[in-house]
Amino acid sequence: MGTGKLRLSKTLAALALMAPLAAAQADEPLRPIANMFDPLSKPAEMIHDSAIITLIICTVIFLIVTGMLVYVCVKFRSRGAIDERKEPPQIYGSSQIELAWTIIPIIITVVLILITTRTIGEIQDHAVPANAVHIRVIGHQWWWEIHYQKPGAKPGEWITDFTTANEIHVPVNVHTEITLESADVLHSFWVAQLNGKTDLIPGLKNHTWIEPRTTGVFFGNCAEYCGTQHANMQLKVFVQTPGDFAAWKIAQATPAPAPAAAEAIAGKQVFFANSCVNCHKVDGTTAIGVFGPDLSRLATRMTIGAGVAANNQENLRAWMRDPSHLKPGVLMPNMQLTETEVDQVVAFLQTLK
Amino acid sequence: MAHGPTTASEEYIEVAPSRPGQEKGSFTRIIQELVFTVDHKKLGLMYIGSGLFFFVIAGLMATLIRIQLAIPNNHFLEPDVFNRFFTMHGTAMVFIVGMPIIFGFANYLVPIMIGARDMAYPRMNAFGFWMFFFSGFLLYASYFAGPGLYNAGSAPDVGWFAYSPLTSRAFSRGHSSDYWTLALFSGGIGSIATAINLIVTTVSLRCKGMTLGRMPLFVWTFLVVAFLVIIAMPPLAACQIMLLLDRYLGAAFFDTQNGGSAILWQHFFWIFGHPEVYILILPGFAIMNEIVPVFSRKPIFGYPIMVAANLMIAFISLGVWAHHMFTVGMSSVGNAFFAITTMLVAVPTGIKIFNWLGTMHGGKIRMELPMLFCIMFLFQFLIAGLTGIMLAVAPFDWQLSDSYFVVAHFHYVLIGGLLFTIFAGIYYWYPKAFGRMLDNKLGHLHFWLFTIGFHVTFFPQHISGFLGMPRRYYTYDAGRGWDLWNMISTIGVIFQAAGIFFFVLNLIWSYWKGRKAGDDPWDAWTLEWATTSPPPDYNFEHLPVVHSRRPLWDLKHPDDPDWKYE
Repeated sequence: MGTGKLRLSKTLAALALMAPLAAAQADEPLRPIANMFDPLSKPAEMIHDSAIITLIICTVIFLIVTGMLVYVCVKFRSRGAIDERKEPPQIYGSSQIELAWTIIPIIITVVLILITTRTIGEIQDHAVPANAVHIRVIGHQWWWEIHYQKPGAKPGEWITDFTTANEIHVPVNVHTEITLESADVLHSFWVAQLNGKTDLIPGLKNHTWIEPRTTGVFFGNCAEYCGTQHANMQLKVFVQTPGDFAAWKIAQATPAPAPAAAEAIAGKQVFFANSCVNCHKVDGTTAIGVFGPDLSRLATRMTIGAGVAANNQENLRAWMRDPSHLKPGVLMPNMQLTETEVDQVVAFLQTLK
Repeated sequence: MAHGPTTASEEYIEVAPSRPGQEKGSFTRIIQELVFTVDHKKLGLMYIGSGLFFFVIAGLMATLIRIQLAIPNNHFLEPDVFNRFFTMHGTAMVFIVGMPIIFGFANYLVPIMIGARDMAYPRMNAFGFWMFFFSGFLLYASYFAGPGLYNAGSAPDVGWFAYSPLTSRAFSRGHSSDYWTLALFSGGIGSIATAINLIVTTVSLRCKGMTLGRMPLFVWTFLVVAFLVIIAMPPLAACQIMLLLDRYLGAAFFDTQNGGSAILWQHFFWIFGHPEVYILILPGFAIMNEIVPVFSRKPIFGYPIMVAANLMIAFISLGVWAHHMFTVGMSSVGNAFFAITTMLVAVPTGIKIFNWLGTMHGGKIRMELPMLFCIMFLFQFLIAGLTGIMLAVAPFDWQLSDSYFVVAHFHYVLIGGLLFTIFAGIYYWYPKAFGRMLDNKLGHLHFWLFTIGFHVTFFPQHISGFLGMPRRYYTYDAGRGWDLWNMISTIGVIFQAAGIFFFVLNLIWSYWKGRKAGDDPWDAWTLEWATTSPPPDYNFEHLPVVHSRRPLWDLKHPDDPDWKYE
């Protein structure tokens, strides 16, 4: 992997429309298996440690009790009719034995309680360092709105630098503090290799944090049932080197240049002549809608429809023809565009990078 | 006195004029008897029968869910259809399958076990049944009536715990959520009626000599369950009423834009919901408490501590509800509190498992069908309990919550735990209720197919949960590591379905063709085996008098009676 400086120049090249589509994403390894036992970030590792101890304790208990069960079933099973005539000795209980199997579980429980409360404190009451990256994630049916904090904002104050959707970029080895909100129903933010889940609740601000140890594209999901397309409310976290991240931020905060090709220019006219602008935002234009995902730099994203399909020309066309074909139940209406208009709008959207 | 009711009822049947269509055994006559009956045994069987009916429907829905999830990106079910299925499956299994079946067992057995002629309030008993029965139809009626005048929606699709604000009118149009609300509300009224009845019956109708300390553990456990029902149901009713007020009268309990709280619903629902879990699993313990001693040929090990463990479980269960809410952003103190209370449940539960093992230890275990189901219960409930401890470790729960691991966990509790004991109970008491044994061959087919199917279906779900698969997903992409486990899980359903087929076949076939059972086929010790199979309307010709916890042991072993040692 190259240095941060090299990355920066590469992203600047992308700005000049010379790099292929989604060039920035191709660099980090994809991590689609959200295995909670392969943690690659600080809170997930702390959870993993307490989980392993719990698993070991539970496995030992399982083996002992199963062993006892198998033993009594084999040793004391009735052997034929002759055996059955006589009843076995009638034992009514034993205070000592019962006391023993009350006290031993209590001791195990106390151990587990200590592990649990310690880990809860370590993760939940973790101080936010001064160099932390601050982002806000707002859940919608069925996509993620992501705000980045303007550098230099005072603590507790929120000024949005830029917004994006469904794909979070964060620097590696840096604490990213995430504020979670919801615009409609409950959602839950879950990227298993980075941290456990925290719910997004309307009317509340929840907090979670990550501190990834390695670069990569981490796959996450909405984990609280939120309606028809709950399954297609996917989330990706791009953990980048600090240089890459800085370059990405600069690129995202800069409006995409106006389209030059005739088809794209026509597409922009179609976009603004229809009601697209009521719901979608494109930086540097009069489109300032907030009900749908920010499209300012749509072409730099890996997927469309919150992970329902890869971000390519073919899928964008399918989406423009009828969004609910790719994502049944999606709240975006079918805009009833002609085939020519579909091609033009897609050409315009592909310039947003 | 004992002969009074006999002659009266027999005479009535003989003398009553048979109008056309009213002959004994005719269809209309049977329907009439079922509708008019206040007999606790008939009502008990009606509870179990209708519970099994809804069980088959909800099970078929689960089968369709598994077919959809067998392969990634499947298009077998539309997302909304899938969401309705898992909502209806969960709601039905808890409210119109689990609850009525356990009440059926209580209804049938509690009065006989305490030597009474019926429940304390027979008509209220019938009322409770019919409230449940119609609540079941109300729930399913949503498929036809849910769209209402708006022509939007169908059956409920908000999940069985229906978190607000998904149930508000903005997100749940039409009447689907209203059917869900009213079905649970009316069913809850029936449950409370039955619970009150059980408490009064147990407290006031015990036969001579049946002190609380001699009561069968089955009855003890149901006494605790009945109290839990009375405590747990009102919060559920309260939040259903609040939801209706929100939806139709402009209240804003759960409407955050008007000062309500989206979390309030969760607190109300789980203050009901967690005791509810114990309402469902304690009856499993109750059945274990009867079957394990009889088939081990020994009295229950540590009767007093078993009673105490029931009370402890019930008490602790009232203070654990927010362990369903570790991810909502409670303070670290709140999370720690609910983690601690939840772990404490492990202590009395552990005592129970060890005492059942203690009962089996030193016995002569008869490996008959009821006992086989009980042994599998011990194995499966152990797994369920241990995964429960993992979920109680709040940080671990931040990963596991709302993943397939949770799905696996509660199916191990409710199928591996409750359903297996229900099967055990049916194999054990069917001879009492119908006078014929269930067929052994069909029973073994049922046992092995269902046990294998159960583990093949639900064990892999622990793993897909570990690999980050959230629950309630109608589809998933290939390449997330979930494909194999979902495919195995779906294959398991075939075995489960085959097991259930042989079970239902056995129930029907044995009713006519089963081996005659006699009064006491298992050589058991509690009072239900002292009367005929099936018992007469009045249960006992002479009300029994007991001297110990095992009255029939005393009769069979006059040289070595129990009361000498208690």
